[in-house]
Amino acid sequence: MNIHEYQAKRLLQEYGVPVPRGYAATNSREVETAISHLGDDMIVVKAQIHAGGRGKGTFTDGYKGGVKVVKNREEALDAANHMLDNTLVTAQTGPEGRKVQTLYFTEACDIEHEYYLAIVLDRETAQSMIIASTEGGMDIEAVAEATPEKLIRVPISPTMGLRHYHCRRVAFALGFEGEQVKQFARILTGLYKMYWDKNAMLVEINPLVKTKQGQLMALDAKVSFDGNAIFQHPDIQQLRDLNEEDPKEIEASKHNLAYIALDGNIACMVNGAGLAMATMDIIQSFGGSPANFLDVGGGANEDQVTAAFKIILSDPNVKGILVNIFGGIMKCDVIARGIVAAAKNVDITVPLVVRLEGTNVEAGKQILRESGVALTPADSLVQAAEVIVAQVNSAG
Amino acid sequence: MSILVNKDTRLVVQGITGKTGTFHTLQCIDYGTNVVAGVTPGKGGQLWEGKVPVCNTVDEAVKQHGANVSVIYVPPAFAADSILEAIEAEIPLVICITEGVPVRDMSEVRRRLYFHNTKTRLIGPNCPGIITPGECKIGIMPGYIHKPGRVGVVSRSGTLTYEAVWQLTQRGHGQSTCIGIGGDPINGTSQLDAVRMLNEDPDTDAIIMIGEIGGSAEEEACAYIKEHVKKPVAGFIAGASAPKGRTMGHAGAIVSASGAGTAEAKFAAMEDAGVSIARNPSEIADALLKIYKG
Repeated sequence: MNIHEYQAKRLLQEYGVPVPRGYAATNSREVETAISHLGDDMIVVKAQIHAGGRGKGTFTDGYKGGVKVVKNREEALDAANHMLDNTLVTAQTGPEGRKVQTLYFTEACDIEHEYYLAIVLDRETAQSMIIASTEGGMDIEAVAEATPEKLIRVPISPTMGLRHYHCRRVAFALGFEGEQVKQFARILTGLYKMYWDKNAMLVEINPLVKTKQGQLMALDAKVSFDGNAIFQHPDIQQLRDLNEEDPKEIEASKHNLAYIALDGNIACMVNGAGLAMATMDIIQSFGGSPANFLDVGGGANEDQVTAAFKIILSDPNVKGILVNIFGGIMKCDVIARGIVAAAKNVDITVPLVVRLEGTNVEAGKQILRESGVALTPADSLVQAAEVIVAQVNSAG
Repeated sequence: MSILVNKDTRLVVQGITGKTGTFHTLQCIDYGTNVVAGVTPGKGGQLWEGKVPVCNTVDEAVKQHGANVSVIYVPPAFAADSILEAIEAEIPLVICITEGVPVRDMSEVRRRLYFHNTKTRLIGPNCPGIITPGECKIGIMPGYIHKPGRVGVVSRSGTLTYEAVWQLTQRGHGQSTCIGIGGDPINGTSQLDAVRMLNEDPDTDAIIMIGEIGGSAEEEACAYIKEHVKKPVAGFIAGASAPKGRTMGHAGAIVSASGAGTAEAKFAAMEDAGVSIARNPSEIADALLKIYKG
């Protein structure tokens, strides 16, 4: 689960990490209040969306930049009027962009140098990894590729936790001296504690800046949390912004379905994550384009299958559906009955191909054939993919 | 024959009295698995379903009933605790079926597995379990699709494993042992660990490895296969069509923003290691049978 920059900075502040003074706003009245809290001086206006590349982004009406440094309150208000409720397209949003519903106004600061600092879960070592660099403010993946020697990586054992020497090691590697080593140690300690306490998968400060006055502070922040642990953190759950999520995905999560919207036109409904991915792959290999990932789980019942059909069909791009179920402990005849009942319940107006395999497959196929529901039963996954791609393509 | 589990396995089920634990334990007993005890704290002394003694702790199950393998069906919030309890009871093999375990918990568990005196191998979490056909089934896989034989199967995905196994069985090829290692980013047994065990097993003649996008487990296994494995190996990777940066159902199935963990890179590693590649999931058994006649 991701949160906005302003939420991440509030959390950082709670953990003792200095951030520039700032205020969030979701409407014109709040915008005025937020700006009035800041001096009539340099102000940074930042669009709040769950995607990176905001500064270089462009709004759909041609207005440039989702992050603006302006000279005074008047200019801040002008920038805010352009950004709020406008749609921002960045390298990470896709061409449809993301509607900006919250703005964040902060004090500007005199930057002497920008650094990068993050803690991530490292899969290979199964530990937390501190990643730091003197090349802050830019895409860290680009830094990693161009100058890997500039990336400082320090693993932290989950049982030992972060120690002072870790902090010193990173601080010296970044070239800090004297008072800044202590400042940096406080920041890293707070960052690690927040990462650990809140079950984060990633906390990233990019850039961490040294001001001309010698202060270190977090100018931007990104945090994502482990969805599996979110039940332990009601405070973090409240930070979820449903505006940033696909409504179909929100609906699916209510029914315990793992659904991810994609931009193709052939919907799939599959049991098991691996098989669901493989089903998308095979659709693509036959020249089709999957409209979604959908795992109905091992024990999907009729209600879930019905909900899944409704979610799939709420996507206007969907021109055909491929159901692919391997009946294991959940037998094929039971699944077939669920599909038939759900199909009768939901008005399916696009071609539907069903491939069943596994326990009681013959009984399952018979139920499908005799159901009177307009569907094509398939004998194999290859055939199912071929048929649905052909039907969708011929429908134009 | 097989690796890890067989007819001598004495299974303890952690979370036996829960709905999931009960359902799957009944199926496993039907298959012939020897379930010697269950663990549900506070229900010690009861007899589950009139046949299996329930203990309060894993230690009791080991000392009083001689359990040597544990399977875990407890809810995700308690899974790490259950795994750690089984490790401290020195159970040699622990299989965690539970899906949705917080990754921070798993990083602590993995640290514990690295201790020099650890006697336990962990399989999972978020996995279907492990089966040695005809002898012992531990987990949630449908037993009847399997058949005793000499092909070893390792996979990150449950239903994809069933697909491959079913294809093998229908073509007359049985399996030595099938291991579901699970779809989480941090797990107990890697593709490499499983491939190595199957390679060293005299009763396994050929290997199928099924992977997914995300991480580097398949690449590591392929490096080992290239160096050490003379047995025929076939492989498949799910997720070639998945977009970057999205988690595809399994927490571990994600191509990072930097492009690490793609299906393309994994297929290339397989190719380099001489693995016979299935380009779609219907051809997994056929990919093996191209290079292995049984």
